[in-house]
Amino acid sequence: MFVPDFFGQALNGLSYGVLLFLLSVGLTLIFGMLDVVNLAHGSFYMLGAYAGLATIGATGNFWLALVVAPLAVGVIGAVMERLVLRPLYVRSPLDQVLLTFGFIYLFEDLVKWIWGGRIRSIPPPDLFSRSVKIFEATVPSYRLFVIVFGLVVALLLWLLIERTRLGSVIRAGVFDAEMAAGLGINIPLVFTSVFAFGAALGGLSGVIAGPIQSASPPMGAGILIPALIVVVVGGLGSLKGSLVGSLIIGQAETFGKAWLPGASMLMIYVVMALVVLARPQGLFGRPLR
Amino acid sequence: MKLKLAGFTVVLLVLALAPGFLGTYPVKLLQEILIWGVFAMSLDLIMGYAGMVSFGHSAFFGVGGYVAALALSRDAGLTSALVLPALAAALAALVIGFFSIRVSGVYFIMLTLAFSQMFYAVTFQAAWLGAEDGIVGVPRPRIAGLELGDARRFHLYLIVLVALAALALWRIVQSPFGHVLRGIRENEARMQAVGYAVGRYKLLAFVIAGAIAGLAGSLYTQFVGSITPDAFLWTTSGEALLMVIIGGTGTLFGGGLGAAAFILLQSLVSSYTERWMLILGLTFILFVLFAPGGVIGALSGMASRGAAAARGRAK
Repeated sequence: MFVPDFFGQALNGLSYGVLLFLLSVGLTLIFGMLDVVNLAHGSFYMLGAYAGLATIGATGNFWLALVVAPLAVGVIGAVMERLVLRPLYVRSPLDQVLLTFGFIYLFEDLVKWIWGGRIRSIPPPDLFSRSVKIFEATVPSYRLFVIVFGLVVALLLWLLIERTRLGSVIRAGVFDAEMAAGLGINIPLVFTSVFAFGAALGGLSGVIAGPIQSASPPMGAGILIPALIVVVVGGLGSLKGSLVGSLIIGQAETFGKAWLPGASMLMIYVVMALVVLARPQGLFGRPLR
Repeated sequence: MKLKLAGFTVVLLVLALAPGFLGTYPVKLLQEILIWGVFAMSLDLIMGYAGMVSFGHSAFFGVGGYVAALALSRDAGLTSALVLPALAAALAALVIGFFSIRVSGVYFIMLTLAFSQMFYAVTFQAAWLGAEDGIVGVPRPRIAGLELGDARRFHLYLIVLVALAALALWRIVQSPFGHVLRGIRENEARMQAVGYAVGRYKLLAFVIAGAIAGLAGSLYTQFVGSITPDAFLWTTSGEALLMVIIGGTGTLFGGGLGAAAFILLQSLVSSYTERWMLILGLTFILFVLFAPGGVIGALSGMASRGAAAARGRAK
């Protein structure tokens, strides 16, 4: 009894962790490149879920939604970066954070206006609508798909950033944007692209989350806090940190729910506080100051 | 200075006499503005003067509110209404500050935001705090045998406390301590180098701001008669941030002005449309983009441009 239970919980935690990774990796990429903590990142997640719902409503195809929603959210991100974030790069980074904070309200109410405030759910694709038994634990096969999908995305991202020319441009920009611009790299274009790409990843995670966690307008602000905790734990701007942080927070949340039902929501904060005490810059962050 | 004090006294008198010439609803709005004004000013102390932009100020508002609700339900004295809530909020600020001031900038923002949501999570699940329904039916305090359930008495009590909080904050930002905070905002490394224990100054400012925010939370509980986990929600911090930004960061009384603008706009808008959040978000975005100095910044900018133009003509 104990072993299957434990195993099932661990898999649940892993799928939630992978989901957090898809979300927080966009947050950390955007910060690494633009020095902006995008508090509207949870909103991209919500927008992705609703764009996915709309696509599925129109075509009935989950896989199409998995492509269309990130593209749509990426376009929204690109427009947002060009129109309102860019004029603020000359100011204090705090102004940019305040600005993205305003967008949380804006996006949440827009979605409520268009789609209404009720809770909706995205059905899983037919291929993964059943459960499977592993070591006597019953696991929805969709969760297994999420785990594999997320790990493949992590691998592709790593290859993209470490092994391609585009990746080295991004790394150069993260390291020293001014120097990279001096070497002939079109930094404004890279900024817009990275922001749009991060937004698209947020949108992607929204579609992926749909069949596990239902969609409602406040979901964006709700997921923002775990995502922020992930980057605090892992270290802001570090891809590896975002992966490790996500997996830790995913397990902490899931096992908290199973073992401490009265204080489950507290678990992730305890983890965060412990990490901040030991390493204020996060597990894989560059030293502060 | 004398002129300022006279102006302050006149404003206070007008506010205190407001129930004489305003209806019940406008007086309620005024009281709400006063309470949120104190909350916003306490945020401005750390945000505008010490340069610590906190996205988790709701933590202290909520702690003050909850402690007041618990204490007033047992004993409706002044200790329950003021002392305990402020002390509890100060303690919460001490703990959160201890963790958060180890980092600065965006890390500080993320930590304060996360910690405030921790309080939301805890109260939302705590059955002994009424879980998601919160604590309702909180009695108003009684001073020297006088029941503050009476609307006019409560109004005067509120005016006195708000005035005291505003004066205390004003004294703090004018004091040497306040000037050290400004120094830290401008150049933390230099303040450290000339020998100030920067960490302690920041922590003390954070605790003072937390205590006053706790007082505001307590007044809010007394005003509404209840408190729910929503007091801790990120939107509560966001509203205070917006009030400070509307009024003008680092102007202290701008927080009160911002609170007035915010609450009047809210009551006006919500009678026409349900899209209040949308307007809130747009206001946020437009102020950050086009009026980072807030109303006071824009006015003083206009005044100095006007003065410069006048000097130009005189030549």
